[in-house]
Formats: sequence, C-alpha cells, structure tokens
Amino acid sequence: MLDAMNVSYDTQIPNNVSLSDDRRLLKALERWHPGYLDWWQDMGPEGFQESLVYLRTAISVDPKGWAKFDYVKMPEYRWGILLAPQVEDRKIPFGQHLGEPAWQEVPGEYRGLMRRLIVIQGDTEPASVEQQRHLGATAPSLYDMRNLFQVNVEEGRHLWAMVYLLQKYFGADGREESNELLRRRSGSEDAPRMLGAFNEATPDWLSFFMFTYFTDRDGKMQLEALAQSGFDPLSRTCRFMLTEEAHHMFVGETGVGRTIERTCEAMKEAGITDPYDVEKVRALGVVDLPLIQKKLNLHYTLSLDLFGSEVSTNAANAFNSGIKGRFQEHKIEDDHQLVNDTYPVIRLIDGKAVTVQEPALTALNMRLRDDYSKDAAGGVGRWNRIFKKYGVDFELSLPHMAFHRHIGEFAGAHAKPDGTLISKDEWEKHRDEWLPNSDDGDYLASLMKPCFETGKFANWITAPKVGIDHKEGDFEYVKIYDA
Amino acid sequence: MNKPVKQHLIDPEICIRCNTCEETCPIDAVTHNDDNYVVLAEKCNFCMSCIAPCPTGAIDNWRVVLEAYPIDEQFEWFELPEQEEISGAAEAAESDDAVEDDVARLLHEAHEGAGGKVHPPASASAPSINLYNRKHPLTAVVQGNYRLTAPDAESDIRHIILSAGNHNFPVLEGQSVGVIPPGTDRIGNPHAPRLYSISSARDGERPNTNNFSLTVKREPEGICSNYLCDLKKGDTVELTGPFGATFLMPNDTEADIVMICTGTGSAPFRAFTERRRRTAPNANGKLHLFFGARRPEELPYFGPLKKVPTKLLVQNLVFSRLPDRPKEYVQDRMRNEGATLSELLQKATTHIYVCGLKGMETGVDEALDEISREAGLSWDAIKSEMRENGRYHVETY
Repeated sequence: MLDAMNVSYDTQIPNNVSLSDDRRLLKALERWHPGYLDWWQDMGPEGFQESLVYLRTAISVDPKGWAKFDYVKMPEYRWGILLAPQVEDRKIPFGQHLGEPAWQEVPGEYRGLMRRLIVIQGDTEPASVEQQRHLGATAPSLYDMRNLFQVNVEEGRHLWAMVYLLQKYFGADGREESNELLRRRSGSEDAPRMLGAFNEATPDWLSFFMFTYFTDRDGKMQLEALAQSGFDPLSRTCRFMLTEEAHHMFVGETGVGRTIERTCEAMKEAGITDPYDVEKVRALGVVDLPLIQKKLNLHYTLSLDLFGSEVSTNAANAFNSGIKGRFQEHKIEDDHQLVNDTYPVIRLIDGKAVTVQEPALTALNMRLRDDYSKDAAGGVGRWNRIFKKYGVDFELSLPHMAFHRHIGEFAGAHAKPDGTLISKDEWEKHRDEWLPNSDDGDYLASLMKPCFETGKFANWITAPKVGIDHKEGDFEYVKIYDA
Repeated sequence: MNKPVKQHLIDPEICIRCNTCEETCPIDAVTHNDDNYVVLAEKCNFCMSCIAPCPTGAIDNWRVVLEAYPIDEQFEWFELPEQEEISGAAEAAESDDAVEDDVARLLHEAHEGAGGKVHPPASASAPSINLYNRKHPLTAVVQGNYRLTAPDAESDIRHIILSAGNHNFPVLEGQSVGVIPPGTDRIGNPHAPRLYSISSARDGERPNTNNFSLTVKREPEGICSNYLCDLKKGDTVELTGPFGATFLMPNDTEADIVMICTGTGSAPFRAFTERRRRTAPNANGKLHLFFGARRPEELPYFGPLKKVPTKLLVQNLVFSRLPDRPKEYVQDRMRNEGATLSELLQKATTHIYVCGLKGMETGVDEALDEISREAGLSWDAIKSEMRENGRYHVETY
C-alpha cells in the first residue's frame, strides 16, 4: 500500500503504477514521450522554457507528499502517471451494475463509449496550454506568472494521465488517439481541438482568470463525475487530478477577485462613485466593473456549452453502464439508478422557456450543469463581497442559461442576460453591451504590460493575501533567464 | 474555567470551497454548507494531512480558545475572528509546538523528517511555549558574541549569549526562540521571525543565571543570521517564544541518547550534554554523539568538546574534508558503529535525535535501515514504535 503511494523514478516516466513491470506499456509510453516533449517545446509557454519556476511537484499521492516545492525548468518538470490509492473491494456506485465489483479492465461492450469520454477529457488538457502560451510575456507579476506555469505543467500532466489510460487499456486504438491528442491544435483550421471553448483565444490575463474560474470548473465537474466511474483506473486517475485542479480554481477566483479589488481601491482613491462611468475608471488604468461582467458573461456561457445538450441519451448510457456518475454521487441519497425518477429541465418550446420534467437519466447533463452553476455562483458571491467592503454600488451576476448559447435547447435563440427572449435584431443592437467588444479587447490589451520585478504588481491588480507555499511578498517566484 | 485549547479554523476570506480538505481528511473532520468549509473541533486530531493539499493556505489557521467556536457560528463567518487575549494560552496545547501560525508551520516542516506525528519523551519536563509573540516580544540583551570556528575557516559560526533580564523566560533543552530582525522586507512588510535552537541548559548558560545561548551560522545574504552575527555586547534583540514541545530531552537518567548532527544542528545537543553533565554526570544512560563537519576548524565547540569525559558522552566527530583522508560523513561513521547502534536500537530506553540540514535526513535514515537489517531488525517498525513513544526526533531545515 505504501509503495503504491510513493512515486517510482526507475523509468524515465515517474509513476506509481509499477510501470517497469509492464514492458509493453512502458515501451509504448516511451515512444510517445519525445512527441510530447516536442509538443511542449512548440506549444508550451513561449519564451520561458529556460526560466526557473518555483513549482510544486508530486512525489507521492498521499496528502503529505504531493506538494513539494522547488525551482524547476518547465521542460524538465517530472510529468508522470499518478493514480490515487486503490480502495479495497470498491464497488460500482451507480447504474445497472450498482454493487458489482469495480472493473480493473474495460468491459468489451463499453469500450467505444469509454474511449470517447477519455479522449474528450484528454483533448482539453493540452488545448488550454496552447491557448495560454503567450501570456507569460504580459504577466502582471512573477507570482501570477508562476501560477500560470503551474497550471500549464499540471494540464500537461493531466494529458499524461489520460494517455496512460488510452495506452494501457485501449490497444492500437488508444495509441492512435494518443498521437492525435498531440496533433490537434487549439484554434487550428485543419485540426482544431474537439470542444468549442478550447478553440477560443485567451488574449489577456482577465480572460485567463475567467477561463480558469469558469472553464476549468467544467473540468472539475467532469472529473468529479468520472471519479465515480465503475472503471477503477479511470476513477483513481481522476481523483488525483482533482487535487491538482483545485489550484486552477484558486488562480481563477483570486485573479478575478484581485482585479476587482484593485478597481474598487482605485475608484475609492479617485473619489469615483459611479461604476458605470467607464471613461473615468479606465483613465485610472484599471479594469472597469461593467467589463468584468461582460467577460463573466462570455466565459460562463462558453463553459455552459461544454456540458452538451440538456437532454442526452449518451449521458444516460454513460450513467446506466456505470462509466460516468453524478457530481459527488457518493453523497447523494437515492437508489443511484434513476430508473423511475424525473428531473426538471428548462426547454425552449414554441419560443418560450418552459420547465419540463424529463426522465432523470436523460437529464444528467442538465443536472451536472446545475451543480456547476451553483458551484460557480459561490465565487461570484464572494466577489460581490469586495464591492460591499469598498462601498461600491455594483453587483456581478451569472447570466440566465438562455443567454448566448451555441449548444443545447437555446442554441440559435436570442436572449438578454436575464433570460428574456428577444429578436435577432435586438440582439445585434445590444450585443456589445453584454459581451466584450473590440474596444474592450483593445483596452484590456493596453493594460497588459509585464511587471517582472519581485514583489511588484501591475497597476490593475492587487497583491495576493497569502503567498504560494507561504512565501514572503518579495519572493522571486520565477527566475527569468534569457534563452 | 475551561482550559485553553487550540482550534483549527479555515479562513473564509481566502478559501475557494474546492472541497480538497474535505476529500483529504482521513477522519472526516471537515464539512461544509452552502457558504463555508469548517473543521469539526471535536474530531480534528491535528494530523495536518489537509495542510499541504490546500491550494490557498486558508486551511492553515489556528486560534487558542476557551470554548471552541461552534460550527453554526463558523458557517456564518465572512472572516476569521481575531485571536482573543487569553491568559494561559501558552499551555494551550501540550503537544503542540507553537500557536503562532508561521512558527507552528516552520516547526512542523522541521519535524516532518520523523515521518509522522511526534510526541515528547515520556520523561521530558512540560515546556512553556508562546510566552512572547510578535505583538509582545521579549527584549533580550546581548552578553557575549564569540566566533566558534577558526579565524581562517570559511564558515563563521557564533555562540551568542542573551540575557532575559528580569523577565520570566523558562526554556528547556531542545526548544527554540524566534528572532525578529529589525526593519522591513523590500515591499515594506516586517520580517517574519526566524527560529534558532537554544544551545544552553535550562538553568542558564551558567547555572542560575537568567540567560541562554544560541548557535548561529552566518549565511551569505541571510538577513537574520548577519544581524545576529554582527551583534555587540549590550545590544538588544526582540524575541518570540519559546517554541517546541516535542524535540525535548528525557529527564530519565537511564535514557541513552543518540544525537546525530551537522553544523549548527549541534545546538540542542550542546544543551542536552550540558544538562546531563550538571545533573547526572554518572548516570547509567549514555550520550552518543555523531557530529559531522568539513574540518575540525569548522566544527563548532570542537575545543570544549575535547574536555567532556567519555563516560558521559561518546564522541564521533566526523570530517569530510581532511587532507589525505577519504571523505567521511556521519552516516559512514554510524555504519562503522553499527554494532553499538543496533544494540541501542533494541533498548526501550534509547532516544534518537537528528538535527541539521534537510539533506542529511536520507543518509541517516538509510544508515539506520542498513544497520537494522544487518541485525535482523526492521527500521520502519522500530522507527514508528520509537516515534509513537517520543523516542525518535528529527529537526531539520
């Protein structure tokens, strides 16, 4: 048991899955490894591959071992394969196989479905690294730069995690899918990433914070649901990934929070009380609050699209067959089979949003998305406390699920942020009030000036309350060396 | 009146509600509602498993309280309450090292090498901790500052004697004090305290004087070590502490004490040795010292050590940079003394202490493992048993 927790370094690939005992798999992964490193050099953080970054690396998957901090050059980061410890006698916790022993191999009949889920999850990991690769150059501080790179190397490790599953359990198909994960590129015309939000640009740091807050949170929900899986290696992989994912949520929540705080601070200093006096606020060199709401509107809705159609037989099949559960399935008290249950789904019927009771099994995407929205609303509430603290009369809110959607019930419909359905003309007329427009983008771009002095922060963002690994305020989180 | 206790709290202002702590806690002592994550005071056993995985640091908060804050109250919090002024807070948690968060963390990290929750030796005296803090520090006066290493030695290690004057500052061998260097860091925050082990016995550098000594190595660019090494007689220093409630000396005179150290890691062992010399020079239990340095000129207390009789202290002074001699490290000497050590490992009265740089941990651990195996013993089993009984201690930095 203890051995399974510690990471073995006896192969090139650190792991706690006894890789050296499985020659076939080891060979396959060693063949994939150089391609991965090439991908990291080509598509990883641009301009900082030689820098020493104060990163945490897992040396064991037990709580005390997985957060060891030290300076590392990113290409030398020990990406490896780490699975949470195996739970003895684990049973499948939901679906038609409820109560049967968890699978250690993939059941033949679910091979296709399972592979597809793993590939989709795997595709998002390198995609976000690609989307964020230019951000280092405009980091508002070394602290933020370090956080970005930590997110990036961990997304890289999550790709490894998915590739391990593909190579170990899916034979030649798995090997081919693994190569495809390195071939597709975010935003590419010819070979784009599989999901929409992962082909959008991340042009500035506010986008990055919003992305880690909203889009990575979709990842968290998906991983939570897969961590329930009856396929034990998938469950264990996802459980360990979740502990890393928490850092990404942290970067997003505090990044947006610190941006808001700086704006409130600057407004107060300048005696500005009207948050909608955008011109005056922008003159202070900080992000105006209405623009923060617009960015929120954009990233939240793109992330909602990631949950797929509200009513979906694929989702029902994945649950029924024991592959993908619900968010925190183990904490839900019901029969875990949902055969006769219903779940309320908001549908677009005759041009109106109507709540309909759907079979709970087919409504699982909707349910996971509702859990997501609730989780996302928590942080928005905490951001709103900052306005109260500074006495600024402003409140952020999540837009209605009908607003700005491209997938599901409301794809193609037009709605205001409060959910009121409107005509296409009216949408066109007001779009720029609700979503970031090109002027907004230009303004944000103008703020993105690097600040690389230790302990200093760009004017538009405050310092964090606590340092990483409890370091003092003037700690040098990244030692930048020119290549 | 209730006895003050230490309560584990989560800072709701910093927490992002990611559920990692709840997921990590091995005994389900963390729970949440829609607003906050909280620690169940009656369940938490301070195992610290949740501390490292927390992405924000929100989990690392502690208050000394007469009555634990109830869960329902914590669910309503937007921020943590201030630490209330509680008299007797010092004795708050007998086996806790410190109450101030940053000091508790430093000590926790220093003690990690023991590989699990550590306990004080059964016969150790009860320590006083946290009598002075950053808000109310102790002002001590420098009585002496002597260089211990040879004038031409590369390293500058000093013996600094401080007087607590008329203030009550009871310390035990093995405890530390926090030193607050004056001034602020580059962005204007006051410096955090640094910890130094006390190298004198509990009754003073000389018996019945209210003073104590520190052993300090000058580090290049070290803010605190340079400040201390440059102090002159009559200067004043602000201190916090004392801290440390586990790395303590057994009072039992039957106890054999194995002390393994390098450099200034020798500080607590100077204190142990001096205590034994003053109180029980003819005790049945012996002290065994494994002390590594590059050269005799760089081994602090090399001169005075030569005067300590072998019946009190068995000395293994080990040097890694002697001309014409192969490099020797403490773990090498331990292997050579394997027969003695394996005998000691089997005695229920043996206490082992390791103190020095983090880098020495692995070598020492491997040596003890090898010595045990050769004697047909399991070091893992012995180590856990010794740790459980307060007989195995590591303090590395």
